[in-house]
Parts: sequence; structure tokens; C-alpha cells
Amino acid sequence: MPEPSTAAVRPTPTGVIHDIGYQRYEGPRLGRRQVFGALYLHGLRTAFGFGRSAKAKIFPWLVVGIVTLVAAALAAIRSQIGEPVATYAQFADAMSWLVIFFVAVVAPELVSRDLRSGVLPLYFSRPLPRADYALAKLLALVTALWLLLGGPQLLMFLGAAFTTKQGMRGVWNELLDLLPGLLYAGLWAVVFASVGLLVASLTGKRAFAAGGVVAVFLMTTPIVGVLSILPSRAANELAGLASPSTLVQGVGIWSLGDLLVEGDPGEMMIGGFGPVYALAAVLLVVGATALLLARYRKVAS
Amino acid sequence: MTLIATQSLTKTYGGRVTALADLTVAVEPGIIGLVGANGAGKSTLIKILLGLIAPTSGQVSVLGIDPTADPAAVRNRVGYMPEHDCLPPDLSAAELVTHLGRMSGLPRTAARERASEALRHVGLYEERYRPVGGYSTGMKQRVKLAQALVHDPDLLLLDEPTNGLDPAGRDAMLALVHRIGTEFGISVLVCSHLLGEVERICDTLIAIDGGRLLRADNISAMTSATDVLAVEVSEGTEELAARLAELKLPVARDGRLLLVPLADDGTYDLILGAVAELDLPLHRLGQRRHRVAELFATRELTHA
Repeated sequence: MPEPSTAAVRPTPTGVIHDIGYQRYEGPRLGRRQVFGALYLHGLRTAFGFGRSAKAKIFPWLVVGIVTLVAAALAAIRSQIGEPVATYAQFADAMSWLVIFFVAVVAPELVSRDLRSGVLPLYFSRPLPRADYALAKLLALVTALWLLLGGPQLLMFLGAAFTTKQGMRGVWNELLDLLPGLLYAGLWAVVFASVGLLVASLTGKRAFAAGGVVAVFLMTTPIVGVLSILPSRAANELAGLASPSTLVQGVGIWSLGDLLVEGDPGEMMIGGFGPVYALAAVLLVVGATALLLARYRKVAS
Repeated sequence: MTLIATQSLTKTYGGRVTALADLTVAVEPGIIGLVGANGAGKSTLIKILLGLIAPTSGQVSVLGIDPTADPAAVRNRVGYMPEHDCLPPDLSAAELVTHLGRMSGLPRTAARERASEALRHVGLYEERYRPVGGYSTGMKQRVKLAQALVHDPDLLLLDEPTNGLDPAGRDAMLALVHRIGTEFGISVLVCSHLLGEVERICDTLIAIDGGRLLRADNISAMTSATDVLAVEVSEGTEELAARLAELKLPVARDGRLLLVPLADDGTYDLILGAVAELDLPLHRLGQRRHRVAELFATRELTHA
């Protein structure tokens, strides 16, 4: 037997707004780790324009589209001629210009916008420590860059793995090639994110920040050019230290060897200075991160 | 429980500019007005309460916690509304307040729910899905208030919430602050350079000037002791004054008004009796609250 409905007894009022008044929040409050995670995910979404206007999506997805297209083309050519056109690491190198422009657009989006709008006091009046804010943004940019390079590398891998004629052994060999490539992409991501974010955090004007990022990465290449034609072998071999891009390539040549330069040592020679390049890269990342944290200790207090 | 307590709180910038000097004050929960001229040290005090800057010397405690030692614990339970513009123009109010709720440690769903609740309480409904850049100043102030409220704090620190608002907007904002303090059960420290504004809604008033405490007291204690009755008659003011003086009532003249200190309800009867006896046309008889400003004025005079 159905229960007697109360609605039948008392007509339900329609269109009445009940002001239930203010309610205290009794639910859980998350700790520092989860808040950091939330800010990190928010930053990662912002990097690709999610939750932002259509205009903010154009550039990141244009770059993603180009690198994916290049990777797809490489995979397609390879499946036809049966020879890899470029290794995973070489692919990352070839895309470095696009990475620079991606950083120039995304880094200001992550930090300059908050500086400009004056929203930082709203963050810093909450439990989240200042360093967490900076580190979450940095980690978001590193991840975004790594996905930008690693995603297409994975696409190339899938293309190679499905067309290999050596069965599981071929897939395994391909995987052994992919992993250093992903690590190399990670190196690009860490170096470019730490330097790019530091530059962007210095100004609230997005155009200046973007220009600054491009300037730091591109204006340093002429220095490399000049150093590499000096009549000194040591100067030539250390020339790559002068610019972030060549610094990363130097570390790549030292650690990956023929995965990056394949037989022909070609244009870039680092001689026996490989460890110097590695050390310089570590110092650059640590230094830029330390400066970023110092910047956020001062700003908006 | 003491809401906010400071002990000889001093803050100097670079050893030269003194923002706060030897400030000792203790207030109970409720609505607290913090008044002082621009540059009196109001914002500095708020930032110290939030643990954003460290005092040069002295002790401070907020909700029983020392913000210099454990700022995160204080900020967990405090909502802050800054004086200046702090809203990204391209985000909607709903997105911004939800995000800031998450930054205060609310889980995703709770943050979204509490954000719409907070925006509803400050009076933003459908507008909350539009970008903040297109909002009026009044709406922006409401969003700033909502983000301070989203994580259900025990104390709100409002830095000049009526800044830039027109008279109607000021009244609405003050009414809202009053509602938060009374109905929501959240203590509020509201900062203003306009005494007349905050005295209408506060339980307690702290007045500072040049970083020094002028006075901190319960607002009823400040005014009740000096309540006066104002009597106005259309004619025969002189006669009435003489008659009241005979009745041993200390009468003061203020233009056409006669001011009589209100001792108890009997004072009304005495005055009415006198008016009736003299058969004068009574125009007005009412309590005149001393405005707090007058208290400060006389106090400063006696100091001078």
C-alpha cells in the first residue's frame, strides 16, 4: 500500500524562495598538501587555457597542434621508409623554438596575471605559504612543457610500436629509445620553466613578460654564436653555456650521445666539458628557483 | 574569549616611519570598528593580525593564536577583504570565489557550494557568472566580501569596505556587515576613516591616530553615560530654562534647544511637568545620543 503523500494533504507551495540564512561550514578542511595540489592542477589547466576564455586557448593549442602534427608526420614517414627520421631527443631539440614561444605565452598567464590584478593578497591571507604558491605554479609549467614534448614523443612511439616488424622485441627496443627521450624532454621542461617563470614573475604586464622570456632565450644565442667562432677550442666548446637552449643540448649530447647527434658530431662540440654543462644546468635551475622564491617572499606584502 | 589582544604592539618601517606605537588593546567578539585617519596604522594592524608582516616589538593574539608564530592557523579562521582592487577582471565571481575557497582548504564540491552561498549572501545572483571586469564598484566590493566569507571564518577583517561606494552603496554594505556580525555569528573588524559610518554598526570601537591608541571601548559605554534630552519649545525657551533650573536640572543651551542630562525616566516627567505648568507649546522632546565623534573631540581638547 502506498504511503499517504503529504503533498496530497498540503498543497506544495511553488515559486517560494526560502532564505535558509547563513550556514556554518562543518565539513572537512584540507591540509597544505591538497591545497598545493589544487593550485598545481589549476595552474596546469590554466597553461592549456582550460577554464579560461576561448582567446586564452588559441595559442597553447596552436603549439600543441603543430608539435603533434610534426610527430604524426615523423611517425608516418617512418612507417613508410622503415627508418627513423629523427630520434625522440632530436624531436625535442627540433621543437625548442615552439617550446620557447609556449613558455612566453603560458608563464605570463600563470604569474603576471595574478601580479597585475592584485589578487596575491587574497592568496597570501590564506593558510597557503608563499613558497607553495610559487612552487605550484613552477611545477604546473614544468608539467605543461613536459606534456607538450612528451605527448608527441609518445605518439611517435605508438606509431613505431604498431608498425615494427620485429614483434615484441622491436617494441621493447623502441621503448628503450623513448625513455631517454622523455627524460630529455623533462630537462627541457625544467630549465625552460624555471627561467621563464622567473622572468615572467618580475612584471605584471603580460606583453613585457612575454617579451622578456623570448629575449632571455633568443637574445643569448648570438653570444653562443660569437663564442663558438673564437680562435680558442675551449671557448668554442664552452660556448653552449651562454644560452639556455644550447646548455640543454650540451647536457643532451653529453648524456645521450648518439641518441641526439647520431654519428656526425656536427655543429655543436662540447669536448670533454659534458659534466660542466650538467652542473651549469643544475645551477641554473636551482638559482632560478631560489630567485623565484625570493621574489615571492617580497611581493605584495 | 578575547577576540583580538595586543600588548605594546609596535611596528616601525626601516626604523624611521612608525606605523604603530605601543598599541595595547583587547576586544571581545562582536562587530569592532577600527577608525583612524589615513595613515593612522589601520592597514598595518590588519596585516600584523594576519601574520603578513611581523611586528617590530610587542605581542599579538587573534582568536587566542599568535599570528607571528602560527600564521596558517590564524588565516584558517580569518577572512580578509583588502582595501585595494584585487579581482582578476576576466574571471567570473563564481569561478574566483570557488577557487579561493579551494585555496582555503575546502574540497571541490564544498568550495563550489559555499561560493554560491557566499555570493548569494552578499547579494550577487545571476551576475556571478559574468566576468568581474564588467562589474560596478559596489558589486566588486561584494565579491571581495564574499571571498572573505567563503571558508566560513570566525573573524572577518574588512579594510575600508565602503571605499568608493556612493551613499546608497555605503548603507547597503554597512547593513550587510551588520548582518554578518549579528545573524551569521561571525566577528567582524571593520576598518574605516569615517567614524560616523562605523559607529552605526559597531559594538566596540577602537580609535587610533598616528599609530597610537586614542580609545578602545564598548560603544554603549561610550555613549550611554552622556545621553541627553533635547527639549524644544516654540516659544518661552527662557522661561522653561529658568523653571528647569529651579527644579535643580542642569540645563544647557544649544541654539533653540535646551539640553538636559538624562538621569533616569523621572527626568522626562520633570520636564513634561514644567512644560505643562508654563503652558508652552512643546515642539520636541527626545533623547539625543552624543555622537562618538564629540567624545573624541572633547577628549582631544582636554589633552591639548
